[in-house]
Amino acid sequence: MELRTIRAIPDPVLEITTLNLYYGTSRALKDITLSIPRKQVTAFIGPSGCGKSTLLRCFNRMNDLLDNVRIEGSITLDGEEITTPALDVISLRRRVGMVFQQSNPFPKSIYENIVYGLRIAGVKDKATLDETVEKSLRGAAIWDEVKDRLHESALGLSGGQAQRICIARAIAVNPEIILMDEPCSALDPIATAKIEELINELKEQYTVVIVTHNMQQAARVSDFTAFLYLGELIEFDDTKKIFTNPDNRHTEDYITGRFG
Amino acid sequence: MEREHIIKQYDAELNEIRTLLLQMGGKVEVMISNSIKALVDRDSDLADRTIASDHEVNHLEVLTDEKCLEVLARRQPACRDLRFLTLALKIVTDLERIGDQCVSISNRVKELNEEPALKPYIDLPRLAEAARAMVRESLDAFVRGDEQLAAAVCENDQFVDDLNMQIQRELLTFMMEDPSTISRALKLNYISKYLERIADHSTNVAEMVIFMVKGKDIRHTSMS
Repeated sequence: MELRTIRAIPDPVLEITTLNLYYGTSRALKDITLSIPRKQVTAFIGPSGCGKSTLLRCFNRMNDLLDNVRIEGSITLDGEEITTPALDVISLRRRVGMVFQQSNPFPKSIYENIVYGLRIAGVKDKATLDETVEKSLRGAAIWDEVKDRLHESALGLSGGQAQRICIARAIAVNPEIILMDEPCSALDPIATAKIEELINELKEQYTVVIVTHNMQQAARVSDFTAFLYLGELIEFDDTKKIFTNPDNRHTEDYITGRFG
Repeated sequence: MEREHIIKQYDAELNEIRTLLLQMGGKVEVMISNSIKALVDRDSDLADRTIASDHEVNHLEVLTDEKCLEVLARRQPACRDLRFLTLALKIVTDLERIGDQCVSISNRVKELNEEPALKPYIDLPRLAEAARAMVRESLDAFVRGDEQLAAAVCENDQFVDDLNMQIQRELLTFMMEDPSTISRALKLNYISKYLERIADHSTNVAEMVIFMVKGKDIRHTSMS
């Protein structure tokens, strides 16, 4: 089956149109056209090197930090073009937060980790900062575990806790979208389950886009799944459809472990 | 051409389930043939042996269920593999029921053998052969993923339904003309009905094959 079903999405939060990305002369993303649903969880799956993390990093212009990267095409966030060179990327990265595979709490207290973004934005009022800390840590399902040690170093936390601190830090600045690049790869099954449960809660307020190597995780947490291969978008649809009866043979071969 | 899994053991496990289902199908096919042979030949010993052989069908049911459950737990199947396994579990039930229908046929045969034969049996063996062929073809369609063969089995169900109706009408005529035939005619009526149910079970299997191959559920639609 060579069918490439790309499901249309009403009122998407992100619209990607004919996106091409080059690392030097090498084309890493090829004519990607995709709409990301608002306040849902979208998973990107595909074999190593397929471009899923590269695509994810386009949504908050993290690829700008790499040398020799060139983009053609369009990405709009709520209708506003975000690929223009003149765009305020700091402001974009507040609206589109990111959580990485290796959690990266700052070498500061838990409290200071959470308020970092607010302080940079000039917020000084203690009541506001305190309120944001509690709200964010509750939102990341870790308040009860750390409320009595907010001024201790964040570096003393376990992997799963540190990852939730990073999520709390991202939501403290009230983003629209949370990008997650293999957020559970370094975590044990229980910590993973807690993050997955958290993702389920986060989507009530935020759009989540998650890159994962773990197909069962994609099947568990996501509402929509995009399958990428060699820089191309092969199929994008309801997760239920992708995992029970995808339209494309390559998608099915990958998901059922027949790839390679 | 379907590709193999990267993990070879997974393919071996799925093939084992296919083999178990074919074995189960083979046994119930023999039960169908033997139960009707026991009728035509008035052979109650054969009827008894057919009834006893249902234990083997039940044993295969247990083995197949266990194997399916094991693969579901270990492999977390998706897409076509998931459809194959969940349908294999349902097909096992249909085959076990077919075995039960054959036991019922054999019991009626033993009762009929206590009395003189009502008539030469022409249509019941034809009906049995048609039902047996449907069992064979629906299972072949399942293990091969052959939706065209499955569709043909669904169409053949009409022939079986029509022949069953014809048999029932003929037996009704017997009963109306001569009340002393009622006991035997009713038992033959039951046998015809059991065979028609066997064909229905095969049609269920065939419909599931179409779902497995195409991902489209045609059960309870006009297509079925």
